[in-house]
Amino acid sequence: MNTTLARKNLMALTGLFLCLFLVVHLVGNLQLLLPPEKAAVQFNLYSKFMTSNFFIKVISYLLYASIVLHAVYALVITVKNRQAACGGYAYDRRGTASPWYSRYMGILGTVILLFLVVHMKDFWFEYKFGSLPLDREGNKDLFSIVVESFGQLWYLGFYTVAFIALGYHLLHGVHSAFKTLGIYPRKLSNFLYYSGIGLTLILTVGFIVIPIFVFFKYHMP
Amino acid sequence: MKLKLKIWRQLNANTPGKLVDYQLEGVEEDMSFLEMLDYLNEKLILSDERPVEFDHDCREGICGTCGLFINGRAHGPLAGTSTCQLHMRSFSDGDTIYIEPFRGGAFKVTRDLKIDRSAFDRIIMAGGFISTPVGDAPEANAIPITHDEAESAFDSAACIGCGACVATCKNGSAALFTSAKITHLAKLPQGKAEAQQRALGMIAQMDAEGFGHCSNTKACQVECPQEISVTNIDRMNWEFNKAKVLK
Ligand code: HEM
Ligand code: FES
Repeated sequence: MNTTLARKNLMALTGLFLCLFLVVHLVGNLQLLLPPEKAAVQFNLYSKFMTSNFFIKVISYLLYASIVLHAVYALVITVKNRQAACGGYAYDRRGTASPWYSRYMGILGTVILLFLVVHMKDFWFEYKFGSLPLDREGNKDLFSIVVESFGQLWYLGFYTVAFIALGYHLLHGVHSAFKTLGIYPRKLSNFLYYSGIGLTLILTVGFIVIPIFVFFKYHMP
Repeated sequence: MKLKLKIWRQLNANTPGKLVDYQLEGVEEDMSFLEMLDYLNEKLILSDERPVEFDHDCREGICGTCGLFINGRAHGPLAGTSTCQLHMRSFSDGDTIYIEPFRGGAFKVTRDLKIDRSAFDRIIMAGGFISTPVGDAPEANAIPITHDEAESAFDSAACIGCGACVATCKNGSAALFTSAKITHLAKLPQGKAEAQQRALGMIAQMDAEGFGHCSNTKACQVECPQEISVTNIDRMNWEFNKAKVLK
């Protein structure tokens, strides 16, 4: 990790792994859209599977490591880049040459990190270490906790802001990761660029729509 | 035309500098930007003031020596243009023009608008060459690559090493410069043999000089007077990873 390129490779690999995880996570969340009775049972069963299966446990440790490494190296890179930038200019219009979100990856990432802390505390920590009620099948009733949380407007707002941040982070991040890894041949460049945007749209819209759906379905008279 | 200039003045690398205001009358729109500075310097010399020092050499856009940060942009407002190829017709009467030296990475101001860009030379010395004498330019049809490949190698070779990429990068990264040199030779048969050690050597030197990481914002290709493409950076990353894996 003593070259700039090696550090960026780590950012790209961990970032892409996180993207892959988000796809799985979104698919899992789609169960919240099922009819109420079915949604509760199935979501709780799924949660149990995701926390007890050995293979998924291994993946989840990889995931924790990725988040930590990605965030730590984001900080290392940002500090070193700040030093290399030598303070900038008295009159600075460099921003006109690149999209803003490509320049604010660290800020966007910090919003995501903040979200992750709240999200992990409320659902992951509660599930693992809290005392949850049991559902009809005898599984921990995470479904009720989730539905209850999404009844609060500030929570919906917080989620929406966080996922917009994620959206911009990935709008630059996905295709940037392929460029960083050097896997960006001319023949595939359009494909990689536009599928990156497509993936970003699916993830962002998906994660924003589900809490809003839950709010209207379970908290509106 | 009458201009208000705000120019970075600094005695040497060890003293702090500041922007100094100058009023300049009688500027003609056919003057190049550097001729405008010459014209200012004549006036300064006549009034016993120290002239503004700046880098320049060919004044025809091919050497990469000139390079000023003009009104917040590397090489000023025009796309694909070096400072010496910028003319005063790109400005209007009464304009205020900020003129600052390129900053970032290993670049250091030596005086006024002049900077030390020797870090680029050291990056080249770390592998930006072919060690065996390969003779004069061979007859074009004798090179075992297609015309398109030869053209694309030439596109990379067009980098004049002015440093606008570093100056405009939010991270002070020299990725565009270094990658253009690595890619130029990696695309040609003469350069293939040493491609791995060249990539590793030049990247190690780029890091040792203190340049930042590439965030792929692509601002560098926007400001580059030679319009060097960021796809060179993709190729550099590929060459680096290939060299690391095969080593
Ligand atoms: C924990 C909070 C996070 C922080 C602080 C963070 C920070 C960053 C930063 C600063 C970069 C840009 C590096 C550079 O410009 O050189 C980056 C790149 C990236 N991030 Fe994140 N990020 C976070 C979370 C995430 C998450 C959750 C994902 C995926 C879902 C992600 C995916 C990516 C990708 C794909 C890249 C591109 C890597 C590249 O440019 O080569 N990040 N991140
Ligand atoms: S002086 Fe040679 S490129 Fe401008």
